[in-house]
Amino acid sequence: MGSLEQTVHSTDHHGPAKGITRWLYTTNHKDIGTLYLLFSLTMFFVGGCMALTIRAELFQPGLQLIMPEFFNQMTTMHGLIMVFGAVMPAFVGLANWMIPMMVGSPDMALPRMNNWSFWILPFAFVMMLSTLLMEGGAPNFGWTFYAPLSTTYAPPSVTYFIFAVHMMGISSIMGAINVIATILNMRAPGMKLMDMPLFVWTWLITAFLLIAVMPVLAGVVTMMLMDIHFGTSFFDAAGGGDPVLFQHVFWFFGHPEVYIMILPAFGIVSEIIPTFARKRLFGYTSMVYATGSIAILSFIVWAHHMFTVGLPLAGELFFMYTTMLIAVPTGVKVFNWVATMFRGSMTFETPMLFSLAFVVLFTIGGFSGLMLAIAPADFQYHDTYFVVAHFHYVLVPGSIFSIMAAAYYWLPKWTGHMYNEAMGKLHFWLSFIGVNITFFPMHFLGLAGMPRRIPDYALQFADFNMVATFGAFLFGFSQLIFVYNVISCARSGKKATARVWEGSHGLEWTLPSPPPYHSFTEPPVFTNPHRENS
Amino acid sequence: MNQLQRRNRSLVTRLIVGTVLMFGFGFLLVPLYDVFCRVTGLNGKVLNNGPVTQSVEINRDRRVKVQLLAVNNEAMPWRFKPQESEITVFPGEMKQTAFVALNPTQRSMVGQAVPSVAPSEAAEHLHKVNCFCFEQQPLMAGEERAMPLVFMIDDELPQHISTITLSYTLFDITPEPRPTLTLQEHRQGVSYE
Repeated sequence: MGSLEQTVHSTDHHGPAKGITRWLYTTNHKDIGTLYLLFSLTMFFVGGCMALTIRAELFQPGLQLIMPEFFNQMTTMHGLIMVFGAVMPAFVGLANWMIPMMVGSPDMALPRMNNWSFWILPFAFVMMLSTLLMEGGAPNFGWTFYAPLSTTYAPPSVTYFIFAVHMMGISSIMGAINVIATILNMRAPGMKLMDMPLFVWTWLITAFLLIAVMPVLAGVVTMMLMDIHFGTSFFDAAGGGDPVLFQHVFWFFGHPEVYIMILPAFGIVSEIIPTFARKRLFGYTSMVYATGSIAILSFIVWAHHMFTVGLPLAGELFFMYTTMLIAVPTGVKVFNWVATMFRGSMTFETPMLFSLAFVVLFTIGGFSGLMLAIAPADFQYHDTYFVVAHFHYVLVPGSIFSIMAAAYYWLPKWTGHMYNEAMGKLHFWLSFIGVNITFFPMHFLGLAGMPRRIPDYALQFADFNMVATFGAFLFGFSQLIFVYNVISCARSGKKATARVWEGSHGLEWTLPSPPPYHSFTEPPVFTNPHRENS
Repeated sequence: MNQLQRRNRSLVTRLIVGTVLMFGFGFLLVPLYDVFCRVTGLNGKVLNNGPVTQSVEINRDRRVKVQLLAVNNEAMPWRFKPQESEITVFPGEMKQTAFVALNPTQRSMVGQAVPSVAPSEAAEHLHKVNCFCFEQQPLMAGEERAMPLVFMIDDELPQHISTITLSYTLFDITPEPRPTLTLQEHRQGVSYE
């Protein structure tokens, strides 16, 4: 086995292999990045169809289309697929494509492991989706799979769910190890940690979060497996266990997990806004420290998801204050983005539009999060549509919009063609309007007391639900514009220059568009233009 | 092996060790949770089980009301209730009472009661000298039994607490019939273990 450099040199003048084996055996970070992104897009539509099934049932009160059992399977699978199948693989795909190019390395540090960590995923999700066809149906206990719903009362397919989660976890951990090794060991000579683009920084921190909490998730599903099949009683009170323990262990994973889904989004937006404001990012150092603070705080706030389980007063106060503390570094970030735009010469191409919508709508989601953090008020909001509105505001116009922004921002670099700007803007506006029509009324529904995860509801909730369903279908179908735009951009279009955008900055823009199959085989010499000035 | 490979290998080794340690930490959370509940007395778990060693003086100036609750976990068919639903005790006084269980079904079953105390601050001052919840309770078909409970409340109990609720939830832990058992054995009502 030759060293990485030798391998790269010996294949330097060969293109990619032909046919399906190119994709099966590939160790090229660009190929694997593409695979991840396409997989994520597929899962986005699968999970989206489930969301539309849910919304269609909720269009009117009463049961019209599906039975409550199937409704529960839809909410569960929608959550699991969007979290583990759409958002996380999309960020790993972007990391694969961009991190080596941003740090000036020829490939990821561990290319073969990279291949493996992608190819586990399709199998994990085939296993997970196959439960829909099984007797007893798919998992129906919500994406949080609280015991004993997921143990004593679970459908038999829960074992397939457990193994699917194990496989996804292994995939994520391998991806995270690869990202850390690439960032720490493969940077171009002269690039210090504090010279790295923010997308690289946020991913480095995200990767550490993944390594810290994905094993805990694996642990909690293993405990479930043992409770179900091997007669242990981790979560079974009859045998001396405790179902509340499940919630503690789950949310010890679950809260850092929600930052895993948003920190890379912060990085993306911190790349895009300076480009289109034609200024350097305001407060780079504070951005790095804010990201680190959010990551550390994420480990001591988990019980704010379980204010109503009967925590002692001291616990409620502790988790309430630590949760509110997270608003400080997040506020620093929002301030820095706004300050970057302040007196910049801004233009509003599609990636910038998505980034601006991200800043505004993510902040709305953050504020409703602060409302939920208030422990006494949370007793009112808990398990209502207010919670649904909150986390969809941070995940859809948060994470998903940032992924869309990243896709439009780097598509010309990846494909060598400009995408259709008019179509991109149409996609943006329909998505922006659709998202708000879908999720904003949910705030009101929640405050009025509509519980989440129900297939039917009282009559007074009918109007807002109807509005939300219209919005959901508008948002869902407008994503087809994105697919069309990506495909047509990959096939043809105006040739893109190396820099693509007037204000772009960073090593990836020194490569031609599209970049050669093997880039930076000779490490570039990196100098930070801002370091001498400061 | 060049320098980059060596650095990659040592970094990856450390990260994998970290992953394995975090997997272990997930399981460590289980005992940590119990220790945390014991130290803080949260969760209403009664921890002072077994004989009380030190002889305690009975404080006759104070009365504490103890409410006894019996709850059946879902699908547990036994009739289960306390002999007295409320008793008044002096701190330091040893008190005996009982819970009555009746198995109305046609088969032998095993039950396990799990206690909980409210308010949770009182949990560490409730001493159970003997309790039916220490053991699994097998009942034959149609059998009825009074299951004893001997407890004491110590005088350290915070002054503002005058009523303690002691609740038992009864779970059905009858072992599942093994596939090897024949129908014959079922009819004879063999009790498992």
